[in-house]
Amino acid sequence: MLTIAGRKFRSRLFGGTGKFSSPEVMKEALAASGCEMVTVALRRIDLNNPADDIMRVLDRDRYLFLPNTSGARDAGEAIRLARLARASGGGEWLKLEVTPDPRTLLPDPIETLKATEELVKEGFKVLPYMNADPILALRLQDAGAVAVMPLGSPIGTNQGVLTRFQVEIIISQAQVPVIVDAGLGAPSHVAEAMEMGADAVLVNTAIAVAGDPVRMARAFAMAVEAGRIAYESGLGAVSKDAAASSPEDGLGFLR
Amino acid sequence: MKVFCNGQEQDIGSGSRVVDCLNTLGLDPLSVVVECDGKILTREEYASHELQDGSVLELIRFVGGG
Repeated sequence: MLTIAGRKFRSRLFGGTGKFSSPEVMKEALAASGCEMVTVALRRIDLNNPADDIMRVLDRDRYLFLPNTSGARDAGEAIRLARLARASGGGEWLKLEVTPDPRTLLPDPIETLKATEELVKEGFKVLPYMNADPILALRLQDAGAVAVMPLGSPIGTNQGVLTRFQVEIIISQAQVPVIVDAGLGAPSHVAEAMEMGADAVLVNTAIAVAGDPVRMARAFAMAVEAGRIAYESGLGAVSKDAAASSPEDGLGFLR
Repeated sequence: MKVFCNGQEQDIGSGSRVVDCLNTLGLDPLSVVVECDGKILTREEYASHELQDGSVLELIRFVGGG
């Protein structure tokens, strides 16, 4: 079972709550995914539509909220959002995101490290979204991050694990759980990450924008489980040369 | 007096508290976090924190996100 900061999770799939067509579809898809932790964002209330509260459908006893700092462009903005999240009753858990470039939404490693150091001091359980940089993963771990969240590919791109080489190193070195986040666009992508030994994956866009988000959530859940079982079972070695599966002996009668 | 809520000007009675402002706007205090003049308020402070003319309020809540 996965343990992060002393909390146990049966499911290794974490869900996002953005981009769903309705709160009802989101609720059903999250239920189908089996996830136990969901990300949420913080935004100004639309005073012209104050009843539009998507979170009313989410059962806080069922899902641990992982507020994110999406929209923060530097450490200061991320820290402000984190404090607001805690004041909102979001608890101590925090997905730290610092993404200064709206085109790539790639995380700023220096600001992310600075914010992690400060927020850990303030008692947050920080899960930083990070580029797939093995050195940075160790620095964030040393700074007190309770998990690291290297990206597979840029947010919302559905490109899969383009960072495989680096993520493998991160997994091999990390003392904290490694959650591959962002860009996981198909069940095969999460299966790949889990087969590599990732502790968990976070998926939002690929489920939320699917033709049938509820069935897609189920597909992702199955792929996460399959990938994890494969990792625990020990995958066969990869080689360039063929190795016959059928016996090589006993062919004498042919020639 | 006037206060600014999420960038919009609002007329409220002098001596109003944060909770009065939330009620006027039709917001459930339990679903809102309030930053008043740069300071984050606790829920307990909503009933006691008195607004000043020109106070700047940011009213924030959780929304869907990844």
